[in-house]
Amino acid sequence: MAIRIINEKCIGCSLCVKVCPFAALEMVDGKAVIGIGCTACGVCVEKCPVKAIVNEEEQKFGVVNVALYSGVWVYIEQHQGKIKDVAHELLAEGRKLADELNCELSGVLLGKDVRGLCKEVIASGADKVYLVEAEEFANYSTEGHAKAITQLINDHKPSVILMGATPDGRDLGPRIACRVGTGLTADCTSLAVDVEKGLIEWTRPAFGGNIMATILCPNHRPQMGTVRPKVFKRAAQDFSRSGEIIDVQSTVVPTDIRTKLVEIIKVTTAACNLEEAEIIVSGGRGMQAPENFALIKELADVLGGAVGASRAAVDAGWMPQFHQVGQTGKTVGPKIYFACGISGAIQHIAGMSSSDIIVAINKDPEATIFKVADYGIVGDVFEVLPALISEFRKIKEA
Amino acid sequence: MNIIVCIKQVPDTTEVKIDPVTNTLIRQGVPSIVNPFDKNAVEAAIQLRELHGGKVTILSMGPPQAKDALKECIVMGADEAVLVSDRAFGGADTLATSYTLAAAIRALGKFDIILCGKQAIDGDTAQVGPEIAEYLNMPQVTYAAKIELVNEKTLRVHREQDDCYEVIEAQMPVMITAVKSLNEPRLGTVWGCVRACRGEIKLLTAADMPVNYDRLGLKGSPTQVRQIFTPEARGLGKIISGIPAAEAAEQLAQMLCKSIG
Repeated sequence: MAIRIINEKCIGCSLCVKVCPFAALEMVDGKAVIGIGCTACGVCVEKCPVKAIVNEEEQKFGVVNVALYSGVWVYIEQHQGKIKDVAHELLAEGRKLADELNCELSGVLLGKDVRGLCKEVIASGADKVYLVEAEEFANYSTEGHAKAITQLINDHKPSVILMGATPDGRDLGPRIACRVGTGLTADCTSLAVDVEKGLIEWTRPAFGGNIMATILCPNHRPQMGTVRPKVFKRAAQDFSRSGEIIDVQSTVVPTDIRTKLVEIIKVTTAACNLEEAEIIVSGGRGMQAPENFALIKELADVLGGAVGASRAAVDAGWMPQFHQVGQTGKTVGPKIYFACGISGAIQHIAGMSSSDIIVAINKDPEATIFKVADYGIVGDVFEVLPALISEFRKIKEA
Repeated sequence: MNIIVCIKQVPDTTEVKIDPVTNTLIRQGVPSIVNPFDKNAVEAAIQLRELHGGKVTILSMGPPQAKDALKECIVMGADEAVLVSDRAFGGADTLATSYTLAAAIRALGKFDIILCGKQAIDGDTAQVGPEIAEYLNMPQVTYAAKIELVNEKTLRVHREQDDCYEVIEAQMPVMITAVKSLNEPRLGTVWGCVRACRGEIKLLTAADMPVNYDRLGLKGSPTQVRQIFTPEARGLGKIISGIPAAEAAEQLAQMLCKSIG
């Protein structure tokens, strides 16, 4: 699609300039002109009062015969023989997509001595598992994994590939998409199927969560997307399901991989694995001093959750960067998110707005955080937190 | 050491507001800034040059006004800046953008390190860096929180994972993306300001680079935006106020238990 201005119709009202989310339009000699920033999103087409803007089909480069591609694949990310939760979540969602598209769901599993994981992948909903085992896959490497998966794509032609929007998934996805010459939609928060066209509708936030965009990949295959952890729910595993394991010979050789993992530095405990946490308790500037984070940790402990922090708290040096939630930190989506002494800057909200339930505790009733909160207490965190801790202790013991 | 840093001029998304009537983004009056993570990349490049010598070139694809962002990097201490701009690039998704930037890098010469920010704050895709590396057949290390030179051919990078750092050694030339904790970007120097005022920003158009025109802009973009909409506002929540903390905590705990079952 390409946006074009019909000069004869343009009345120079400049409404399109105002509504363009990408600031791609400008007025030149009383007429609208489309600039380099245009993404053909079509907002201006809808808003033009005189229908002077049209969205036209344009022949694309690298178009493939989409009829040759079928099946939904999920990349099964595993570390040291343990499958990441997000892979199970994607298998649950992938199952739904595959059923709607009336095709198979397959898992793609790379590793060393990971055959035992195949039954878990099948129990989570896959019909098939493509298993590539080799010494080179003992640890993740961009180049080794990209080569193996690209080869699988070329040989088996899937229509859809889902990957977790984890550090490794976001490292690997673009590399593969670029090599096969297809589109990749990053960090999706919802997926839908256009059954008639066989297309996935990938929806993701942009502009710090201010807008949502639905993206299609109509003429290229596979359609690829990364999905944030915790967006979808895991399905209950059914170990009576049967599935096929397809052994694939690796062609990756050590010289394909020009990086080497030499060491892993563990810096934190489970309390900071925010991406996978069901409950997160976060503190902000209102905590006033680093030692007061003990209250945050205690509540997180009682609830079996992880500890988060706002940028203000991290910048002040009260908590390490690993705990930062928000646009320049981590994006999280737990079941319950507690924001304690956090005012609610848009960057912070962008990082946690997909939480199921948001709880805000702040002494300022006007704080922005209350606008996104499902539950809130207007009060002093130093009184409310201890009260909550003892309350949840009681419930836990009961 | 020859380093190129890819940057993007972005709207300051903290200043972006939604027009409640038209339900569209209000861009007017929103300042344009250098993408924050890109500044970490520029700072890392300058620090490497200070330690090991060499040259830092800044590269950006965008409209003519992106020159301001490039100048800001010169003020910080970069040696040269190049703007890649052409109507033919309009509508590019990440694949067409990285194709164009990779072509520009080829046109500019040989580089030991390509640095990018981990992602841009307007699109948040984190794809352009890895895709440039793919086009240029280079290894990559994303989410770098520390970068050191081991020897003439090898870099050691601390890669930020969810709950650990991976120490990765990579052969140069290599593409690296920067996270915030990599460094604290400097403001700039008076001398930098003078250089930014005097210096010319080099312009590359499609005609100046070895490109296939079909792979540029909208034509070269596999993805297509179907729809843009504003997220549904969360309904007004239940806010407890004006009662003692203990009571408020009890009410909250009960409501939470009820709603999650």
